[in-house]
Amino acid sequence: MRVAPKPIQTFRDDFTYTNSDDAIKRFPFPFPEDEYMYSVNIEPHALPGPEGTVYEHLFDIDEHYLSEMAERKIVLEENPQRCLAMPHMDLACWDFIDRAMTTMSQDYPEYFSLQKDGDLWTWENRLLGIHDTFTFGDSDTLPQPALEYMGCQVQGDIAILDQRENDLFLDAGIVTCPADWSLAFDAGMSFSEWHGPVPLAHEAGIFERALKYLTAIPVGRPVRRLNWTLTINARMDTSPETYPNWGTDRDSITPENIGAKVYLRVELQVLDRMPRSNGLLFSIRTYLISMNDLVTNPEWAKRMHRIMKTLPPELVEYKGLSRYHPMLIKWLKQFDLEN
Amino acid sequence: MSDAAIKVKVSDIREVAPTIREFTFTPLKGEFFPFSPGSHIVVEMLDGTKKIRNAYSLLSDPRDPSSYRIAVRLQPESRGGSIFMHQQVKLGDELSVTPPSNLFSPDWRAKKHLFLAGGVGITPFMSYIPEMLRRNADFELHYLYRSTQTGAYADELQSMLGEKLFTYDSATSPRADVGTIISGCPQGTHIYICGPESLIESVLAQAEQTGWPKSHIHYEAFAAPKPGKPFVVELKKSGKTVYVSGDDSMLEALEANDVEIPNMCRGGVCGQCITPVAEGEIEHRDEFLSKQEKDSNCCVMPCVSRAKSGRITLDI
Repeated sequence: MRVAPKPIQTFRDDFTYTNSDDAIKRFPFPFPEDEYMYSVNIEPHALPGPEGTVYEHLFDIDEHYLSEMAERKIVLEENPQRCLAMPHMDLACWDFIDRAMTTMSQDYPEYFSLQKDGDLWTWENRLLGIHDTFTFGDSDTLPQPALEYMGCQVQGDIAILDQRENDLFLDAGIVTCPADWSLAFDAGMSFSEWHGPVPLAHEAGIFERALKYLTAIPVGRPVRRLNWTLTINARMDTSPETYPNWGTDRDSITPENIGAKVYLRVELQVLDRMPRSNGLLFSIRTYLISMNDLVTNPEWAKRMHRIMKTLPPELVEYKGLSRYHPMLIKWLKQFDLEN
Repeated sequence: MSDAAIKVKVSDIREVAPTIREFTFTPLKGEFFPFSPGSHIVVEMLDGTKKIRNAYSLLSDPRDPSSYRIAVRLQPESRGGSIFMHQQVKLGDELSVTPPSNLFSPDWRAKKHLFLAGGVGITPFMSYIPEMLRRNADFELHYLYRSTQTGAYADELQSMLGEKLFTYDSATSPRADVGTIISGCPQGTHIYICGPESLIESVLAQAEQTGWPKSHIHYEAFAAPKPGKPFVVELKKSGKTVYVSGDDSMLEALEANDVEIPNMCRGGVCGQCITPVAEGEIEHRDEFLSKQEKDSNCCVMPCVSRAKSGRITLDI
């Protein structure tokens, strides 16, 4: 049984965000082994995935839907630059609208519906009280810019990559819950440029192999990977633009509050070819779980300890964990005494 | 190809020029995907026990998912793909094709688009044009052909494009002067070429002379692999030995022996099938590897390239 969206909780100020038992159970725990290292961990995203899991549908709608949509609105009001689409990406944005509306109305008919009469489409989002009729492909017939309109109705950040000269360019996106990267800064960059700051992986040739794989993704055969980091408090918007608001949170961790304040942040990244534009849709769906909730699963607790213990120093630094990493290992040790 | 393949039915065959046949495919189930201008599909042909897979540009309106159309020029000296399409494929036949992929997408940031098509090289531009017209893009199509052999869609294009179209029929008029065409275009123009190697080379040479930025030139060079001398491939890791006949590409011979290699364009452009070489000299025929990589003999694109001598060893 799917959990219906809960009333709005916050990802800032008083941080009222919580996970239900069901949300904990379906959390995409990202570590298949006791040690973590970068790899090209991309696999086919065959749909529908197992029932009830975060892999079931292309766009996962869960109990946090209303909260995340409210948070996105706040961020966009504060900084409209969080949604950008270069003029040549217009058709790609419409590809995204088609893909989102078509799959969401099929996957969640209780929440969304789509009627097509040729190019005249009628879309209803009952969760947000949206009911619009528009002409497919004509951005003037939407109440908002195309990417913003649809981006404010799906959970997770969206980037749309233009494919040219065997490379991918970050030419459109709506990014309000990034793990410390800036859309405005990365806009227009090529694949290897926007991955520039990542340590170790360039030398391992990972980006060349990944790019070769990504540029060949055919229509209708999406792929996925998981990425992760740690975040202090249930804060969705950890962007460089708002660093003054959250950077110092890392100093607030004590042995007493560490279980409640440190969150594992997992991104389910899906790459899906857009048919009309040849763009690549890159959706980044973020899931947050507190250490206290995570250790309710003894297997996860043990593994989390081992992952933290063996994490290479470069990654500790890059993921911004240095300040509280030793404290976290010590705290996690109680769930993994033999190690 | 097997898991992604789409089953299609041949619902129309038309002669569109003396040596060119157009095939319309409709899906056996459901609808096709819409596609992006410049996309191609790979058609799988089963000629007796031999599998031939050739890439063809889609030439229908990209927004119309009800059918896909391709055009095939008869190449009597080729390895058999075009002969098969012309002589064996009948109305109502079923074929397997891949979903569309695109290695020749228009750059929508261009201020102006200049298309140069030679003969059957008109096909990718047939899918560009409806989208260009919808967007009111600034473009010109220069179409070079010989009406005794090619020149498909010339009349249709004339009525659709009017003064945006320039035709050069070498059977009745002098050859096009590529230099003049290029020099008339404003800065910010992107050039797209599809046609025989000689056309691509002459445009590239002209463009270099005039200092045209390389990033503003796009060409689709891939063509079905050409035949060559037979040779033997040894696989170092698996210990297999594969015989490549004069008419097969190395990739086809490997596939026939259950060696799966990732691939997409099958024409030496996309880079997907790159394979490390352990021993033996390669006759490189691809557009993907740099000159340095080719000289170092480190790797090979088995979709088009062959052995220089009778035997090579691949590091797989």
